[in-house]
Order: sequence, then structure tokens, then C-alpha cells
Amino acid sequence: MTILGGIGFAAPWLLLALIVLPILWLILRAVPPAPLRRRFPGVALLLGLNDDDTVTDRTPWWLLLLRMLAVAAMVIGLAGPILNPDADSTSGNGPLLVVVDASWAGAPGWARSREAGLVQLEKAAQQSRSAALLVLSDPQEPVFQAPSAVAERLAALQPNAWQPNPQMLASVTNMLAALDAFDTLWLSDGLQYAGQDTLIETLENKGSVTAMQGGLSPLAVRPATYGDGIVTLQAVRPDAGPARDVTLLAQGTDPAGNAAVLARVPTEFAQGETFAETDLSLPAELRARITRFTIEGHRSAGATTLVDDTLRQREVALIAGREDREGLQLLLPLHYLEQALEPHVDLLRAPLGDVLPANPDVIVLADVAILSPAETEALIEWVDAGGMLLRFAGPRIAASNVSRSEEDPLMPVRLRSGGRTVGGAMSWGEPKALAPFDEESPFFGLEIPEDVRITSQVMAQPDPQLADRVIAQLTDGTPMVTRKTIGLGQVVLFHVTANAEWSSLPLSLLFVDMLERLSVVSGVTQPTVEDLEGTVWMASRILDGNGQLSDATNLAGIEGPRMLDDPLGPNLPPGVYQSENRAMARNVVTADTVLEPAVWPLSVTVLGLNTARELPLGGLLLALALLILMADVIASLALSGRLHGPRVATGALVLVALMTSQPSNAQEVDDFALNATAELTLAYVLTGDTQLDEVSEAGLRGLSDALFFRTSVEPSDPTGVNLEVDELAFFPMLYWPVSPNQPRPSTEAYAKLNAYLRSGGLILFDTRDADLTRFGTSSPNARKLQQLAAPLDIPRLEPVPDDHVITRTFYLLQDFPGRHTGSELWVEAAPPDAETIDGMPFRNLNDGVTPVVIGGNDWASAWAVNSGGGPMLPIGRGFAGERQRELSYRFGINLVMHVLTGNYKSDQVHVPALLDRLGQ
Amino acid sequence: MSDALQLRAQAETEAARFPALLARAENLAGAVLLGDHGRRRAGMGDDFWQYRPAQVGDSRRLIDHRRSAQGDVQFVREREWQIAQSVMIWVDRGASMQFSSDKDLPSKGDRARLMGMALSILLVRGGERVGLTGTDLPPRRGNAQILRLAEFLSDADDIDYSAPEHRAMIPNARALFVSDFMGPIDEVKLALAKAADRGVRGVMMQILDPTEEAFPFKGRTIFESMGGTLAHETLKAGDLRDRYLQRLADRKAELSELCALAGWQFYTHHTNQSAQSGLLWLYRAMGVSV
Repeated sequence: MTILGGIGFAAPWLLLALIVLPILWLILRAVPPAPLRRRFPGVALLLGLNDDDTVTDRTPWWLLLLRMLAVAAMVIGLAGPILNPDADSTSGNGPLLVVVDASWAGAPGWARSREAGLVQLEKAAQQSRSAALLVLSDPQEPVFQAPSAVAERLAALQPNAWQPNPQMLASVTNMLAALDAFDTLWLSDGLQYAGQDTLIETLENKGSVTAMQGGLSPLAVRPATYGDGIVTLQAVRPDAGPARDVTLLAQGTDPAGNAAVLARVPTEFAQGETFAETDLSLPAELRARITRFTIEGHRSAGATTLVDDTLRQREVALIAGREDREGLQLLLPLHYLEQALEPHVDLLRAPLGDVLPANPDVIVLADVAILSPAETEALIEWVDAGGMLLRFAGPRIAASNVSRSEEDPLMPVRLRSGGRTVGGAMSWGEPKALAPFDEESPFFGLEIPEDVRITSQVMAQPDPQLADRVIAQLTDGTPMVTRKTIGLGQVVLFHVTANAEWSSLPLSLLFVDMLERLSVVSGVTQPTVEDLEGTVWMASRILDGNGQLSDATNLAGIEGPRMLDDPLGPNLPPGVYQSENRAMARNVVTADTVLEPAVWPLSVTVLGLNTARELPLGGLLLALALLILMADVIASLALSGRLHGPRVATGALVLVALMTSQPSNAQEVDDFALNATAELTLAYVLTGDTQLDEVSEAGLRGLSDALFFRTSVEPSDPTGVNLEVDELAFFPMLYWPVSPNQPRPSTEAYAKLNAYLRSGGLILFDTRDADLTRFGTSSPNARKLQQLAAPLDIPRLEPVPDDHVITRTFYLLQDFPGRHTGSELWVEAAPPDAETIDGMPFRNLNDGVTPVVIGGNDWASAWAVNSGGGPMLPIGRGFAGERQRELSYRFGINLVMHVLTGNYKSDQVHVPALLDRLGQ
Repeated sequence: MSDALQLRAQAETEAARFPALLARAENLAGAVLLGDHGRRRAGMGDDFWQYRPAQVGDSRRLIDHRRSAQGDVQFVREREWQIAQSVMIWVDRGASMQFSSDKDLPSKGDRARLMGMALSILLVRGGERVGLTGTDLPPRRGNAQILRLAEFLSDADDIDYSAPEHRAMIPNARALFVSDFMGPIDEVKLALAKAADRGVRGVMMQILDPTEEAFPFKGRTIFESMGGTLAHETLKAGDLRDRYLQRLADRKAELSELCALAGWQFYTHHTNQSAQSGLLWLYRAMGVSV
């Protein structure tokens, strides 16, 4: 290879061809561009006109230059130029072993160090050396083979999430012992780890060792600690350099379950310091959602610390059956519970229906006897998924029939009627004390104060399982606390009240201790080996070297004690592990990790990573030559006058369009949203049937006009909605004409429709065949409607009752004709307990807007207007037909009013009562 | 194939184009004229023109007694002059007229024939006698003449630039010349001179393609006439533009001047303009001066 001015040439003698260029110049100069023949009647006027200058019969100089450049680029390109030719790549001729740390510390600079390794392998290939790859963090027997094969493996290698540990290094030493002499290239991550010195010695015995080490120093985060409402975070770095700012990110999920950054904490490594510490104070709700902390812009497993249960406070919902607002505070059923729990947990005070979606850890029901079937079902589901239901007895439970003859699913035992009172003014005996706890009881070992006395309790019925379920009893053997498990969760019943009415238990410290034992109060501490004995932990989410979390698959379970002691490795990757209902995080960096920069002995050559790669320029130059030739074609055409007229304009337009054709999808979506929300807009579902869509459009336009003229609703032009693409939330109602051959929406579209229905939207289904009710599914439209509506979240329906609010939202209506009359209209069924109140003309029906209205009267056809505003389709005959059209408009107006005002007109039924109360 | 058969075939081919030309021309003419019109002066004719007081020398028979009986003055009833005029049309049939710079534009010849025919129809409806210059088709009245005109106008010549036909001009008649006037100007001069001699006045309409006005050519080009008899080579067509346009302007100015001298009117019409605008001008130019 010859090197000229920093560029090497594979075939330098080809450059001699450049001498031809001046000759080519002379030849090309003499040949003018070919003339163009044109028919032109005006030639008679041209006769005798001579050209002013005669220069242009030669090729212009710039065109010549262009052609010269093209030829020169071609000649040089064929001569095989190479940028950064590596002249001194003669560093050895034996086999080459590439040793890679491939740990998390190298992840941020991985691309560069891998590139450097590939360059070295390329050199080895040029020198016909064999090579092998040894990954220290995942060692396998090195096999010497062609460098290109090794390069493929290196290119596909990703850093592991752990560092090489002494066991791995020991196995490496064993593997190397059997090999012949070789040179070593060590791609180091820049961190010192145990056993590195021994390995270096082993390698030096086999041949020379060269280390390559990047400039990016790894950063790491220690596990977050929590105390007094403050999360403490520590970042570490290996070398105490100048001051450096880093930002720590608290990552987790937003309430909808999507990944989000919950907080950013800027912190600073002071000059000469290897630690940076910062505090973070977050609301408990937010804190509970944190899954990990990372360093912004620094992706590696070390710069990520996973969070398990330690940051989480338990959420306890308190619900009392009897809210005596006017009673004394000390008699409130929940007072003592609040006092006991307040310092340790987050208390939720809300109705049961509101609390359940928040998924608290514990729900306390103090003297709540009756639960509605829906609440019972939801509670059972919640307990089954791991919730803990803590119930207290009280006068209400004692007086009710709950769990009397049959065991209530949410009660641990059956109860006797009435309970008992001991030691009162009207009873025999003394107040009872608690018996010492059994060994099986979770309360075992708690000391029972002398002064705890129970005066009243509810009694358990003797049952076969009763003995298993008792976890605390009185001195006379009657059950005091009972427990049963449901699925992953449990139900615990204290047979006394939560206040001091029935016993003095809530006044004692024992009460708090018992709650703690029941893990109502979380005492999350670092588990010890003994705690974990006998448990098996399954990885749920694991961390890769780049700090990315992924779902764990195909990983064997790990025994509890190993979770604490074993070093991280392929069998125990860092991540979140779960055992029953506990979660535990194994992080790469522990609380006492110190990062130390790698130290190399003097005998090892240490190189940086910035080795420039050889870059062949031949292809580039040949491509350039082609480009120039193309430019020459255009220039020649322009010069000979062939480049004008519409053809060129078209070509240029196509070119411009090709270059600037960016999908303006976002813009379109924005426009759609703007149009739909600037004014109230009625919408119809596009069925793909052009004629039907036109009628729907015209119908809604007619209805919009009628609304505009008669009411204060002033809609803009109606919009067709493509269920697959368009956002539905902008429209108060959708008109959906059913035709037998319209396509079924996709699953995503149905999800969107269900969300639309749940958030208060209304869909008016129109089968347009007028016989939905009488002949059921016989018509093809009705069958299609059933198919279309099957995946929709539609409640129970009924034909519009006479007192439904839709009959009086604007006009008073009794039937709802469209182009057809007579078919019934179906709306959401009224609740079963709706009753007629004396003196009220209407029942007080459901509280919201019915999510669907189904009928078959082909309303759009009746509403439809043409561009002139006149009716588009004939309805009925003569005046009767016009009356029918008018009634159909009235139905449309009533419907829109119902959508927009809900049950407002229903509320009017209270007007007489209100007036009466005002004394009018 | 015998001559007769060939002639027949040719005639059929040509005849096939009549209705189209005729229909378009009728269409165009219908937009302009809504009925018959007089000469707008007193003269021989059937329609009433005006009453004027009887003067010395008027024959007593001319006195209109019904009008005169209303007062003391005697009135004479005059009638509108309705003598038909002869109009001779010459439409350039040379090869240069076949030029059209764009497939969407009609050729110059097409437009020229359309103008000629449309005006003929207007004139025939107005009661004038229309014919061609020369001896081929002397002016006559009636719708049959329109068909004959169409037949003659559809012919095309092979010569590059044809000269105006100036033989057998009827004295004091009107004339219309339609051409691009790109050929030798001497022939035009001669024709105008002869026309002026015979008291024939009229209109010259120059039809040009937009390309001929713009000259949008560049680079090395050989320009050829439509028949191929003339050719001109240039190395830089773009440089010729200004001088070509100057010559074209000169030609127009010369034609305009010639017309002014002979009492004619001159107008330039481009094929990318609407035929209606050209016909309107033509109609006004013919009608007002008549």
C-alpha cells in the first residue's frame, strides 16, 4: 500500500490515468452540444439574424470542469483510496485473545469499546492471526478461529448486569491453563474487581497483554433508604474528579399504569468527592408508585437501583357502620384505631365503593353488618387478590343475622344470636381476661397486660373448623379473635368493638402490638437469613446491563438464603423477586459498594479507545462520479434548450414532492380535533356505504339546523367518524345507522367505543327497518346490530317507559317516529327499585344518560335536508307526512337535549316539594 | 384507383369536418346576434324608419296622410335602408397556419377558419351576401352559401406562406383577411392597394400562437418553417429573442399602418384567447363601419 498525504492507495499506478485529463479537456472543448430542430412559423422573421458571440459553440468551461471532476473521481476511486491507513499494525503474529469485562460498568461506553475491539480484530484478520473471545462476566472456553467469526460474536455481545466474580475468574484461569501461548487484548470497563490481579498474571505468562479502557467513568446509585418520610439517595463514582452535576430520576408508573418519571432530583458530586447524597420527600401515594431510581443520561444496571416494598407505607381504609356525628369522640367506633394506626400507615377515610378502586392493603370494618351484594362481591375479589379485611364486632353485628345460619363469606366463623355480656350490672360473673396465646397464633409471645378485661362479645357457633380459626381466646375458652384465609388474603374478626365499650383492649398497648402482628402496621425491615429460610423466590422483573427492565422468563426459583448471600450472576440476575406476597429487590450496587478505578501493572500497555478505523474511500468517490455525471446530464439538457416546458416543471414537482413528502398525520388529527371541538358537533359513524353516509350527513345537518332554529344548542356541521382512526371523546352522541354489510370495527375500535360509552357518550343505533322489536332478529339489519353491539358494554335495556326523561326533555313526546313509525325505542332499563311516589307524575329514574338508544325508525332519512334546506326524502303522504317529519325532528331535539342535560328534567319532579318547603 | 374515386374519398373526408366547423361557428355566432338588423339609415326597404316634414321636391305621393292629418304640417314617411352588402373573406390556408405550440391549443388555421365561418354566418343571417375573394365563390345570400363556404375553407395549401387573394374584388364591397401575416409583406401591400383602388374597405385579423409572441427558446436550435422550405440555425436561441420580438412588433406596426392608410382595421388575435373575444371585435369592426 502506498500512502500519499495521509491516504493510502491499493492500486496507486492507476493514478497515472489522471495525465489523460488535459487531453480530454481539449477534445471535449471542441465538441459543441448537438442542435435541436424545431418547427416554427416565425422563422421568416428570424432570417438574417446572426448570433452575437461565437463562444458558445464550444462547451462552457464549467461543464467541462464538471466532466473532468467526474473522470478524476472515477480514476481516484478505482485506485482504491483508504482513509486512516494503519501502517504500524504489526503488533504481533500469534493468536489473539480478546478479553472483555462486559459488565454493567461498561454499558455507557459499550459502543465505543466494542468498536475498538472490532478494529483490532480487523487488523488481526489482515495479518492472518487467529482470535478468540473471552467474556469474563459469562466465561466460556475460548476457541481460536478466524477473526471475522469472533468479530461477529463481539458485535452481538451486550454487557451483563453483573461484574465478574472470583468464581468466574477462577474458572477462567482453569480454562486458560490448557492453552498455548497467545497475546491478549483486554477491553476493560475501567473498574477494579476482586481477582483481577491473578488473571493478569496468568495472561502475562502466555504472552503480551494490552488493555483498552474508555474515558467514560461509570456512575452508580446505592439502594434508596427510607426514614421519617424522606427517601435518601446516594450516587457514587470511581474517581474523585472535578465537581459534576447529575440528576437522579424516580421512575415508576402514573395512575393509569404507564411508565413515567415521578420526580427528578438534581445532586452534585463535590470536587474531590466520590459520593453525592440527596434527600427526596414525596407524598406517600407517589412514593408507593416508584419502581426504580436512575441517573439521567447514564444507562447502566449500576446506575439503576430497584425499589421493593421498603418505600411503601401500607394503606388502611377505615369504615364504620355507625357514624354518630353527635356522639362523644371517645365513643366513636374508629377513634382508637385511628390513634393506633395514624403514625405508621396512610389512612383512607371514604365510603367502601370509593376505597376499593384505590386497592388499599387493609380494610377495617368496624361494626358493619350488612354489605350490598355488589360490595360483597368486590370485597371478596379484593381479599382474594391479597387484601386483608379486619372486622370488629359491635351492637349492629350482634343484632343482625349476618353469618347466623350459614357462614358469611366475609366472616371467619358463624355467630350466635345476640352475643353475651359478662360481669355487667345485670349479669353474672366477672369480666373475662385474655388467655395466653398459642404457639400457632400470630400473637404468640405478646405479653398480656393484667388490666385487659372483656365485658361483652359476640359468640362463635361451634363448628368443625372453629378451632383452626381461633387465634386468640378468653380465659374461658371462648374465641376472641378469629381468622380465615380467602385466596391470597385473609379475614380477621375481633369479637369485641373497636372502641372501649365492650372491652378495655383498645386502651392497652397490646392492641397496637396485635395490629402489628397482623401486619396491619407494616414493619418492613431488611429480612435476615432466618426470615428467608424455606422460602422460594421467583424473579418477576430483571435488569439487563443497560439498566433496562424486562419481564423474567425461564428463570429457576431461588431459595431464600441464597437471595441474600449469593453473588449476582447468570443464575441470579439483578431484579425484583417475589415470594408469596413479598417483593425483594436485588441490586447491582449495595449500600456499601465503593467503585474503584482499575489498576494495571506497568507491564501492561494501556490504550485509549479512540483508534480511527480504516475507511475505504473508493465507493464514495465512485458514487460522487456518478452524481457528477447526473448533474452533467441535467446541465447539458439545460444548455441545449431541452430543459423547459411543462415536462421539466412536472419532473421538478415530483422531485420536490418526493423529498418533502412527510406524512402530515399529526396535523390532520389536530385539525379534526379543532373542527370537532370548536363548536358542538353531532357525529355519525361512517359505514362505508356512500349513499347511507350521505343520508346520515344530511340527516344530522337537518337536525343541527332544527336545533339551531329552535333551541339554544347551536351545533356546527356534522362530522363523519371513522371508528378506527378518529377520537370519539369530542362528540356528545354518535348516530350509527346499521347496514347488513358494514365492516365490524376492530378490537381497538371497540375498546375506544366502550371508553366512550363509559365516559358519558351516547350511541343512537338505527336499524332503519322498523321491525326490530316485533320480529326480533329476523331482519338482516337487526342481526347485524346484534353482531356489532355484542362486544359493547351495554347495560340491560327496556322499551322506553312512558315516564322516561327523554319524553319530556324539550317537547312532550309519546312516540318517536322517523321515516317509519311504530317501532319501539329501547333505552337503558330503569333500576328495579324505582317506584312511583305519591303526588309525583314521574318515577325518579336512573341518574345518568342512557348509553345507547336503539330503534329502527330511520330517523336520518326523516331529518335529512338537501343543500337548499328543503327535505331530502319524502315522508308519508301530504300533511300527515309533514307532521311525522316534525315529530321526528322533535324526537331528535329531545334526544340531543337528553344527552346534553342528562336527568335535568327528571329533577323537575322535585319542584312541587321545593315550592312547598319554601311556603309558596 | 381512378381519379374520380380518389376525389370522392377526399371529399367525404373533408365533408366529415363540415358539421363540426359549422356547428361551432353557428354556436359562436348565436352568442353574438339575436336577429336581423337594418342599415340604420333611411333608404330603400320595408321597415319604417322615421317621419320627416315634407320638403320642396318631395313627390306628393310620398306624403303620409295619416300622420299629416294630425296637424298642419305634412310628413313624409321614410323607410330603413336594407340593401344587402357584399362581404369577401380570405382565410390563409398556408402551411404556416397549421402550427400549434401545445396540444391543448387549436392551430392558427383552425382558429382562422372558425373566425371566418362565424362571421359569415352572422353576416348571412344579417342578410348580407358573403363569399370568398377570387373567383372561386362569389358572394351570395342564404344558408346554402354557408355550406359552400365551409367546404372551401376546409381546404389547406402546401405552400408555407400564402399571399392574400386579391383578384376579382367587387368594387365598394367589404373584405376580411385572416392570416398570421408572417409571409412576404409585399403581397399584402399589393392586395391592400388593389382593394383601396376599388373602394373595398375591411378588416385584417392577424392570428398568432402564444409561442410566436413569447419566443421561449434557448440553446442551439435549427428553426424550420412548417413546410420545411425555410430554415435558420442559431447557437443561442435565447439571444435572438429580443431581436425577434422587435421584428414582430415592426411587422405588426407596418401592417397596422398599411391598414390605416387603406381605411382598414387591424387586430391581432392569439389562439390562447377565447374565440368569442376575437369574434366580438370582428363583429364590431365589420358592423359599426357598415
